[in-house]
Amino acid sequence: MVNSRVATTPLRRRTAAPGDRQHLAQLSIIVLFCVCIGTAVFSLSVGPVAIDGFAVLRNWLGGEGLDAVSRDAIVLFEIRMPRILLGLLVGGALAASGAMLQGLFRNPLADPGLIGVSAGAALAAVTVIVLGDRYFPWLRETLSIFALPTAAIIGGLLTTWALYRIATRHGQTSTATMLLAGIAIAALAGALSGILVYVSTDQQLRDLTFWSLGSLGGATWQKLIAAVPFVLPVFVLFPLIGRGLNAMLLGDSPATHMGVDVQVLKRLTIVSVACAVGASVAVSGVIGFVGIVVPHLLRLIIGPDNRFLIPACILLGGALLLIADNFARTIVTPAELPIGIVTALIGAPFFLWLLLRQKGLIDV
Amino acid sequence: MFDMHEAGLQIGSAWLVRESTLRLRPGELTVIVGPNGAGKSTLLKMMSGEMRPTTGFVLLRGNDLRTLDAAYLAGRRAVLPQSSHLSFPFTVLEVVRMGVLPGYGSHADDNDLALAILDVVDLQGFADRRFQTLSGGEQQRAHLARVLCQIHSSPQEAWDKYVFLDEPVSSLDLKHQVQVMEVARECCRQGTGVLAILHDLNLAALFADRLIMMQDGCCVADGPPHAVITPDRVAEVFGIRALVNTSPPAGRPFVLPDADGKADGSAVDRIA
Repeated sequence: MVNSRVATTPLRRRTAAPGDRQHLAQLSIIVLFCVCIGTAVFSLSVGPVAIDGFAVLRNWLGGEGLDAVSRDAIVLFEIRMPRILLGLLVGGALAASGAMLQGLFRNPLADPGLIGVSAGAALAAVTVIVLGDRYFPWLRETLSIFALPTAAIIGGLLTTWALYRIATRHGQTSTATMLLAGIAIAALAGALSGILVYVSTDQQLRDLTFWSLGSLGGATWQKLIAAVPFVLPVFVLFPLIGRGLNAMLLGDSPATHMGVDVQVLKRLTIVSVACAVGASVAVSGVIGFVGIVVPHLLRLIIGPDNRFLIPACILLGGALLLIADNFARTIVTPAELPIGIVTALIGAPFFLWLLLRQKGLIDV
Repeated sequence: MFDMHEAGLQIGSAWLVRESTLRLRPGELTVIVGPNGAGKSTLLKMMSGEMRPTTGFVLLRGNDLRTLDAAYLAGRRAVLPQSSHLSFPFTVLEVVRMGVLPGYGSHADDNDLALAILDVVDLQGFADRRFQTLSGGEQQRAHLARVLCQIHSSPQEAWDKYVFLDEPVSSLDLKHQVQVMEVARECCRQGTGVLAILHDLNLAALFADRLIMMQDGCCVADGPPHAVITPDRVAEVFGIRALVNTSPPAGRPFVLPDADGKADGSAVDRIA
């Protein structure tokens, strides 16, 4: 019966099958790529100083040379461009981490901000700044610009691992335990960071706001270079883990039966998330809601297939964070809003709407 | 050939399965029956490689399961678990297609296979439905379709593949119970070995080539249905008095529990 029916089907349909969203997903990724580029180019002209970013770029690319000391060129190349690239990197990293964590915990409510991974990373970074300079000055001398990302990644790794161990018993991950433990870990890490910030007299430590609400404000080429080596590998990793994460959504043992090495996949996912989130936190503080809103939004359109969801998240996360940053730096000029306020302002109501809309579909 | 050699599994101080020796042969439909907690699922999980036996070992074509990696095993056996929970909005097609092993064919081939197998489990027209909106029985058949997709997309010969079904008909109506068992029998006809756990003795007797009855972690009987299902053994293993007879055309035994007889009605008597 199986054989005879299967043998006759290749004649049936070679195009779109019902319930197949792969073509839609591929198309969405192309569109999102264009949106990403478009937002980045547009953002060059956004800011408290009016600059026609397009014109400066055109002159530069047109070979007319660039007045290196002109105000426009400095603003564009030394301030806006690293900031835009950092925004793309951080937004993409947070959104992709959200999608991966949701796959790892088999539940759509995991978010690096919500469950304390970002807070753990921030605590480690703050610890290195405050105590590192006092007790281990050699640490930052040896690792230079990579000291903070490295510390934050270790913090993120420890938090994710601890959370996974707490929430998982006998291969079953409890959503309620994960969320509650995550809230506790986030609160604890936040409190410890707060204490450290107040006992520090360090000039390098900006204010508490930077770590708790996030900002792309201090973006420099140096910060970008410090984050790229940790985040970019994660961006190219998704084809390796997409199918496995899909299978994992059915459970550990079904995934194993389907040929996925679950232990390796979990370790790979935890390390990826820790790297992406840790590096992001080290350069931009804790930015919430990107990791939960972007994957949800995309699942509504292209479905939960991680092979396409993760790259789409990288693109949409980057674009949305850039748009949020454009608001952050223009809405209260000449001052600047922490970007976490903007993402929470947009993300939290959106998240509530999602919960109401999918009442039956998300069950904890 | 799946060989279980004196495999037992102990958790804490309790033996879920005591040293059991069992060989699965190609093209044979083996059904395990037994009361709750007899160790049926544990036996199946040891056989499929999900649980490691405390004593003894399981061999696939002479190789210890512990030495074989997940991808190798996935091409040679597929497993339908008792239950699984999915909290993401996949379509039915996407769930079934997940079973297709990497390297089977183009994306269109994967879709064709998934759609064809949806027909086999009587879910034609369900491909674009959200998996979570399906009833329990429909979800169970969709998971069966995923398992069939996996076994079908494997390049191995049919006689080198096995399907493990842990209570595949537990939430199905009568028609689909029979239909699913027919799919299992069809797999066997092509040479694939099937090991299924069933609760319905009659369904087991009707379809099994070989019946294994378990009690307290031990295999107490192993053989063709008419040899395994006897009134005495049903009374001993299940604690009920039952009439066992033979249905005329197929010559298969059937069991009719005796509602009045209280073979082990002492607890009821105590309450009364």
